[in-house]
Amino acid sequence: MGLSTNGAALRLSDADNVAVVLRALEPGTELTFGAEHLIATQEIPVGHKLATREIPAGAAILKYGQTMGRATVTIAAGEHVHVHNVEGIRGRGDLAAARSASA
Amino acid sequence: MTFQGYHRANGTVGTRNHVLVLPSVMCANHVVERIGRKLPDLITVQHPTGCSQVGVDFEQTKRTMAGFAANPNVAAVLVVGLGCETNESKALASEIAARGQRVEVIGIQESDGTTNTIARGIEIGAALLRDAAKHERRVAGFEHLILGTECGGSDTFSGITANPALGWAADRIVGEGGTVILAEIPELVGAEHLLAERADEAVARQLYELIARVEQRAAQMGVDMRYGNPTQGNIAGGLTTIEEKSLGCLYKGGTTPLREVVEYAMRPNERGLVVMDTPGQDIEQLTGMVAGGAQVVVFTTGRGTPTGSPIAPVIKVATNTAIFGRMRENLDVNAGSIVDGTRTLPEVGAEIFEWIVEAANGRKPAAEELEFRDFAINRIGPSF
Repeated sequence: MGLSTNGAALRLSDADNVAVVLRALEPGTELTFGAEHLIATQEIPVGHKLATREIPAGAAILKYGQTMGRATVTIAAGEHVHVHNVEGIRGRGDLAAARSASA
Repeated sequence: MTFQGYHRANGTVGTRNHVLVLPSVMCANHVVERIGRKLPDLITVQHPTGCSQVGVDFEQTKRTMAGFAANPNVAAVLVVGLGCETNESKALASEIAARGQRVEVIGIQESDGTTNTIARGIEIGAALLRDAAKHERRVAGFEHLILGTECGGSDTFSGITANPALGWAADRIVGEGGTVILAEIPELVGAEHLLAERADEAVARQLYELIARVEQRAAQMGVDMRYGNPTQGNIAGGLTTIEEKSLGCLYKGGTTPLREVVEYAMRPNERGLVVMDTPGQDIEQLTGMVAGGAQVVVFTTGRGTPTGSPIAPVIKVATNTAIFGRMRENLDVNAGSIVDGTRTLPEVGAEIFEWIVEAANGRKPAAEELEFRDFAINRIGPSF
């Protein structure tokens, strides 16, 4: 678990590729987690997440050191990570229905 | 550790000493309400169930009512029926009596109408209140305590502040010999493997079966769970997927081994951490845990919710300082101070633990002080 040096964001596990924003971030805000530096490229509301490194489309979103979903598009470091670019993997009855319709 | 509780004839110990008036069917709701209006010291509940139900759905409804009525926080129960309902009031009363609870029963048809039933209800209610007033608190060990845990109106701070702090308190309850219920199965989807690691093989298998049931329901309906859970408020608060919500929810139960998995409204047989099969819907979950014997509940919230139980104290823990300030009247503990950097997680955990002990001894949390008395039974089949 690590707080960014300015205290504005919290990365819950070192394995994570997202951090939780504790204070609303303006675009251009610099964040440092240990040796990693990044710049918020968008406005990020309190409690929302930003990518701490680039996440390729289809890759797992890691929070608490666990998989919490996958990227639907490639997400750049510093971007807002939320429902517009992440989908759940579990509880996806819609995918099951689509699979049975095409079968 | 000990608390001061009401020792019941069946060996259970209550943290409250209520007299409950319970309709066996929705057709008796207004009669129950009228009895309560005359005697405000009675606890009354209303619900839209008890008739034209079959099979497992009916059994679950009946079990919930009987369990709720036999919760040790209740000194005695008056069941009010109509007379022709599926959930026959005398059979329900027998079920409650079989659990060692004192119970009286009246019926609207048998009493020749509502006026007589209300008058008779007031008479019986007054007598039950007089008898209940004779009970006194005596010392009890934590082996008698069942804590319900719940989160509702979650945000991203739930999994960082309030839920881990509640987990800290849950570990202490278990350490003192008590029982902790972790529920809301849809909100374990994606985190169940972490819990299963702490269970023996048979219990882990039961847990995976419950999770599979939830995902099968989503598949049968052809929907992404995300349309309903996480909710719009959860998403606005920064939660993106059910997995993310679940990983945060899991912390509420602490870190001890998972001992047992029980059905909705079923009283645990084991002590320690227990999982109950409930939906994530707040009121149905709360009712199920209390019907399963929980005498105190801790409820974490990020968006803010007023929910209370008719018969059990519900302690509210805010996940963030902003909501704690804005809805101060509805909230008891601020875990937001963990991310503010003003208090540590164990400090907030210790405050929650103290609150649990004090609530068990009679201190009223906000929801109880404000008389929020939510009650809803989880239905698992259609009405016919």
